[in-house]
Amino acid sequence: MILKHRLNEFDIASRFGDAFKVREKPVVETISAGIPEIDSLTGGLPRGAITELFGPASSGRTSVMLSMLAHATTHEEVCAVVDVNDMFAPAAAVDAGVDVDRLLWVRCGGSLENAFKATDLLLHAGGFGLVILDMADVPGKDARRIISSWWYRFRRTVENRPTSIVVMSEEACTRSCAALALELKGTPEWSRANAQQSNVVPMRKQAPVKRPLVTQGNLLRFSSVKVNRQRPLSPWRNESEFRAYRAS
Amino acid sequence: MFACIHVPNLARSLSLADFAYGFSPLVEEVRSNTVVIDVDGCELLFGSAYQLATDIARRAKAPKVSGGLEGPVNVAIAENPDAAIHAATRLKGITFVSPGEELTCLGEFPIEALESSLVDVEQKVAGEITETLRLWGVRTFQDLASLPVAGVSERLGQEGIRLQQLAAGKTERHLKVKQPAPVFSNSIELDHALNELEPLSFVFARLLNQLCATLDAYALSTNELKVQMQLEDLTSHDRTLSLPYPMRDPKVFLKLLLLEMEKHPPAAAVKAVSMTCDPVKPRTLQHGLFVPLAPSPDKLELTLARLAKLVGDQNIGSPVLLDTHRPDAFSVKRFVLENRSDGRKRKRKKTDDERAATAARKPPSLGFRVFRPPLRAVVQVDRGLPAQISAWDKQRSVYGKVVEVAGPWRTTGDWWRDDRWARDEWDVALQLGKAGSEQQAIYRIYRELNNGAWFVEGNYD
Repeated sequence: MILKHRLNEFDIASRFGDAFKVREKPVVETISAGIPEIDSLTGGLPRGAITELFGPASSGRTSVMLSMLAHATTHEEVCAVVDVNDMFAPAAAVDAGVDVDRLLWVRCGGSLENAFKATDLLLHAGGFGLVILDMADVPGKDARRIISSWWYRFRRTVENRPTSIVVMSEEACTRSCAALALELKGTPEWSRANAQQSNVVPMRKQAPVKRPLVTQGNLLRFSSVKVNRQRPLSPWRNESEFRAYRAS
Repeated sequence: MFACIHVPNLARSLSLADFAYGFSPLVEEVRSNTVVIDVDGCELLFGSAYQLATDIARRAKAPKVSGGLEGPVNVAIAENPDAAIHAATRLKGITFVSPGEELTCLGEFPIEALESSLVDVEQKVAGEITETLRLWGVRTFQDLASLPVAGVSERLGQEGIRLQQLAAGKTERHLKVKQPAPVFSNSIELDHALNELEPLSFVFARLLNQLCATLDAYALSTNELKVQMQLEDLTSHDRTLSLPYPMRDPKVFLKLLLLEMEKHPPAAAVKAVSMTCDPVKPRTLQHGLFVPLAPSPDKLELTLARLAKLVGDQNIGSPVLLDTHRPDAFSVKRFVLENRSDGRKRKRKKTDDERAATAARKPPSLGFRVFRPPLRAVVQVDRGLPAQISAWDKQRSVYGKVVEVAGPWRTTGDWWRDDRWARDEWDVALQLGKAGSEQQAIYRIYRELNNGAWFVEGNYD
């Protein structure tokens, strides 16, 4: 019986070559998003692939991005932010724990074309752990007009590399190229108790004030995260597992 | 055979070593006025050793413009360099020390004349030995050479043996050949002036290849390359490439230089190009097994140069917060990946662990997006609180009814400067879209105290 099975396999292989061979897929490496809830939901951001992070204004996209950067830079990764509309706030990044010495900030002055060229250069340079393309303030209609070949090019460039590329946008725009698409939406909760505290105007206060309105840590209360798309991985890690499954 | 040339009174403007290179490429510079040259194999050029010595003495008397030394020299030829040195420094004119007859020539020299540095004996030790020898009644080279070797070894040690061999003219050593100082510069004058970058790149490539080959020969690198171009309008166009890490790859230099030239093209056609670099030790770096991958220095530099060409120098780098309370005060510094030492790594690791523990405890902080420049706004105020906001420019617009508000927080600063700031800040939640819509966004707005103008500074995200 076993001999017959082996002969059949040999016959198929001789007729069709490697077409039916299950190639061993390496285990997908991931990088933590820095937020345990997102990590448990997605398993982390895949390396060598595109992750899309989209949602409306104040949905928490920048907070998630800063958490990713903080986690990656504190773990000695070299990161880059391609800032389309020059909206990155260094003070907020430092508050979030980002090691700005390991962060390359590219300001594109509103030019989408320059932003894509800059991202392409960074991906081809290699060695970056996390590259973020921040086009969160690009209107959805402009984002949808971006031709697919850019996304295919990015996907192909980072393939088999330890770089994770995150695209922040208002609407989903990477089409089928993103291995993971996270949609953030929700309405911010308002702390009325805190809001009523500040009726008195403090005089000549120079130190940065703690804002009671938007307290740290309410991100996940007012944002909901939904995994829109996650490319399924092969259920078999190697060929022997696949053969064992087929034999059974 | 070795020839020693000694000039008792050498003018400071003259170089004896340069004079000696006219006879042999193997030159040892003992002192500024004494050199030893290896004359083996020079017979075909200069004839016998005596003819060579005569030729040296004749040429030395020539004036400086003719390559001479403008005065008499002592020349001594011997089988070993140390005997030649002793003979030339003590005897005037031309001396020929026949092999095996060194003591006949040097035997009467006082033992104080021994050049102990030639046999690596310290001056202090040599002085003590000479004092001992004088106490023993040893006065000349002949006396020292005739002492029994075993006795000298027992009483004076290995230093005594070496001094005895030196006195006998029986030392054996190689010349410490003087190497000409390496030149890390290169230049070329063009027959026809070039006004396009592409043909100029071939000139750059040639110069850079030669320069990097010189650096490679001396196992050095450079972190600064200076390029000077003479232009057709008799001006010069200078560019300097400063690198954070030493390199010596001509391809990388060429690409960086071409990118620099594209950013800063010369005003006229280029007639001549010269390149100079400061040689430094190459960068040595040992990567850890568990350290994440980082961009390689040469690729990173190239990428940064290309990005700078694309978006401008001022728009690329690492952000640095300024030491001020002024809102959104930062500068951008050059992006350099520092090689952290082990100690710092350990310290860093500890800090990372602490940060990881802290991050696990507290939720992530709230992000903020800055509008640069701030968006001028029209704000309707109801009983001192913002009620309706309308702001727009070419890129973005913010308008809606204020559903929640907090503030104001007053910040002022730099009142002694022209660019002082004084403002009241508010955090407002705007209802976006039509009435009844649940879509909200939080913005930070502020009112200038000096003119009462309202601005939207950014939004929380």
